[in-house]
Amino acid sequence: MAGGTGGGKTIMATREFAAHEAHAHAAPQGFIRKWVFSLDHKVIGLQYYFLALTAVFVGMFLSLLMRIHLIWPNVHLPILGDIKPETYLTLLTMHGTIMVFFVLTTAPQGGFGNYFLPIQIGAADMAFPVLNMLSFWVTFLAFIAMLSAFFVAGGAPLHGWTGYPPLSALQSAGPGEGAGADLWVISIALFCLGALMSALNFITTTLDMRVKGMSMMRMPLTCWAWFITAILGLLAFGVLFSAGILLLLDRNAGTSFFVPLVVVNGQLAAHKGGSPLLWQHLFWFFGHPEVYIAILPAMGLCSQLVSVFSRKPIFGYKAMVYAMLSIGLLGFMVWGHHMFMSGMSPYTAFAFSIMTMAIGVPSAIKTFNWLGTMWGGRIRLASPMLFAIGFVSLFVSGGISGPFLAQPTLDIPLHDTAFVTGHFHLIMGVASIFGIFGATYYWFPKMFGRMMNESLARWHFWLTFVGTYCIFMPMHYAGMAGQPRRYSQFTELHYLEKLIPLNTFITFAAFVTIASQFFFIFNLFWSMKYGKKASDNPWEATTLEWTTATPPPHDNFGGHTPEVFHGPYEYSVPGAPRDYVMQTDPTTVAAH
Amino acid sequence: MGLVLLVVIWLITFISAYFFIAKTWWLPTGASAAAAGIDHHFATTYLVMGIVFVAAQVSLGFFAWKYRDRASAPPARYMHGNNMLEIVWTVLTAILFIGLNLMSSSIWASERFRAAAPGATQVEVTGMQFQWYFRYPGPDGKFGATKPELIDASAGGESAIGLDTTDPASKDDVVTGTMVVPVNREVELILRAQDVIHSFFIPNMRFKQDAVPGLAIHMHFTPITIGEWEVTCAELCGLGHYKMHGMLRVVSQEEFDKWLAAREAEKQ
Repeated sequence: MAGGTGGGKTIMATREFAAHEAHAHAAPQGFIRKWVFSLDHKVIGLQYYFLALTAVFVGMFLSLLMRIHLIWPNVHLPILGDIKPETYLTLLTMHGTIMVFFVLTTAPQGGFGNYFLPIQIGAADMAFPVLNMLSFWVTFLAFIAMLSAFFVAGGAPLHGWTGYPPLSALQSAGPGEGAGADLWVISIALFCLGALMSALNFITTTLDMRVKGMSMMRMPLTCWAWFITAILGLLAFGVLFSAGILLLLDRNAGTSFFVPLVVVNGQLAAHKGGSPLLWQHLFWFFGHPEVYIAILPAMGLCSQLVSVFSRKPIFGYKAMVYAMLSIGLLGFMVWGHHMFMSGMSPYTAFAFSIMTMAIGVPSAIKTFNWLGTMWGGRIRLASPMLFAIGFVSLFVSGGISGPFLAQPTLDIPLHDTAFVTGHFHLIMGVASIFGIFGATYYWFPKMFGRMMNESLARWHFWLTFVGTYCIFMPMHYAGMAGQPRRYSQFTELHYLEKLIPLNTFITFAAFVTIASQFFFIFNLFWSMKYGKKASDNPWEATTLEWTTATPPPHDNFGGHTPEVFHGPYEYSVPGAPRDYVMQTDPTTVAAH
Repeated sequence: MGLVLLVVIWLITFISAYFFIAKTWWLPTGASAAAAGIDHHFATTYLVMGIVFVAAQVSLGFFAWKYRDRASAPPARYMHGNNMLEIVWTVLTAILFIGLNLMSSSIWASERFRAAAPGATQVEVTGMQFQWYFRYPGPDGKFGATKPELIDASAGGESAIGLDTTDPASKDDVVTGTMVVPVNREVELILRAQDVIHSFFIPNMRFKQDAVPGLAIHMHFTPITIGEWEVTCAELCGLGHYKMHGMLRVVSQEEFDKWLAAREAEKQ
């Protein structure tokens, strides 16, 4: 067995170490066992990562077509032909679904979480390697099901990523609401299963697999973020899974969970007595925590990067942990703020609104602490740090519009306008993506043994940073002026015509931003082969992944089990020989 | 690099803020009794959140430049935070956010907690793919029955909403494609949807409410400016969502009475 005791140390009795031993498994030799049906959390992490990378390019391409259609509705595209208004709705549905599930949920948690959670807590693998493999392959199947919706009769659905019935429940409600919509629901249900298995694995691993000395309060904030995200996932995906099954039954088995008596296309539908609002409650009970599932790992990573590159301990470690825990808790009490205009009781809006404003408080604490960490630091502006600073900026900009939408009074003019689109893209979309980019630049040397090219990374940062602001800030203006979301053209309403120049600007900004992603993709693949060889700890960081070989061996620490003596952010400790103290360093006693 | 970050972050901040302050794109002209209050609270929230936005971004850019790593830089401070500062910051944010919320709650309450005043103009709004229909109860003050099996969207008008013409209460019901209401009198809306969810959105009236199949949602607003105001659909309802629009005509009481009488006469 790999993962031996390393020099006969007598720490076998600890619970963590026992768990560590029990789950070690030998390195596989064949290609299939090593790279396809792998049990190694690192390979599974990479599989998730590359799945998300594929998905992000699909999602981005769809958004590009959307922006083209909005400005040139009659353009005839090579190969793809015309984009009709209903095609536009299909594009936005698939863009939203793919981005939320297969990118924002998949990369930060499934990708980086899988790869680095076990290493950062000193474990040889996740608690349940087989379950881990299964979660990935179920997620992969879900992705295939989602993409195949494009190729069935009628095409992909047009009901938006939120899939409100009756639109999403009735074949006759629109093109794409046939087989395409079934595949869409099936894909989401599969995704939920994968996410549930993965959540169990993350929680167990965090609780049971920490090495000696790695108390909860010595875990890097990334681990805290993955842990809390997993708890949210466990509680939220089960609800969406059930809702998906009910919707499938409504669609195919003649039940009426979500569909009342309706007349669609002149036909009386065979349903009676269902509640469209029930779906919205179930969906948003998942959907709001989902926002935090997407952003929490990026928050954890941002904390990590800001501390490493400012060469300073994180400002208020405990406050950061408590802030994430309260975000996780409050995240389950705010779903109704998506439903202020839905016909839900207006009295409940009060409660949901207060809770939503309250969730802004821990978010503000986090921002304060990131700034506090940079204050008085010695900031190395390497590419991961640029993306971390970009993350903070986007998080602030996207967060600041939250208190508008959280107040039902102001939600009256703003709900379902481009203001909302701008808000959630900045905060849960692009800020999270900046987390993914930052994580890629930061951990690439550990994953592939080489450095990414710094000049390309900087070009990528500047164009993406300025570009995303040019895309999403104007959407706030358009939304204030009353531009509804999900409109494929602005020609039917007189008051929207004056917003066309603003929308043209957004489209051109999108062209530039999307084009600049090729700096990233080229850098990623080029550096794997030609990048400068990386040392084991190129960023001079303290956490456990930087104590092992690059890339890490199959059992992560090459037969040796680390022991932890310090917190994760011991930078610039007075009297220490270097400006960082490794977590595993037994000799230096930190002043804290 | 630090200086570039400072300049770029500050530029983004000031340019973004400029368009908000200059109101280059702003809420459309308010034309209802509630608009002034909503807009006022909107402006207050803008001011407060705008200050937080500029303060946070300006510090971020400043710190990135001021504390950048360079040969002459002093060593980083070794500190793990400051509990007093955390508490002060948390309490201040909580007061600010919850306070903002409470300030606006009376507007929400007056919009949604109370029923329409007696004597309000009653209009039933029905959303269907991709059209709004408006129904007035007529002199008897009662809406006649509608039946799903009578619905014939292609015939338009009364048939589109499935009006049961055998019901005596339906005899004087007026169904139109344009909504006409008298100025300065509260309008009571009864919102319905026939097929999928729609959302009745009149930007100038600061009015928005989903119309949900299976529900009759009672709402109210008071138009205070005579004119024609565009009505849109704000909930994704299918392929024609973007062209599901209507028109609200706010007229004087006399003109409204004349208009309604003419519609009644047409019916007879």
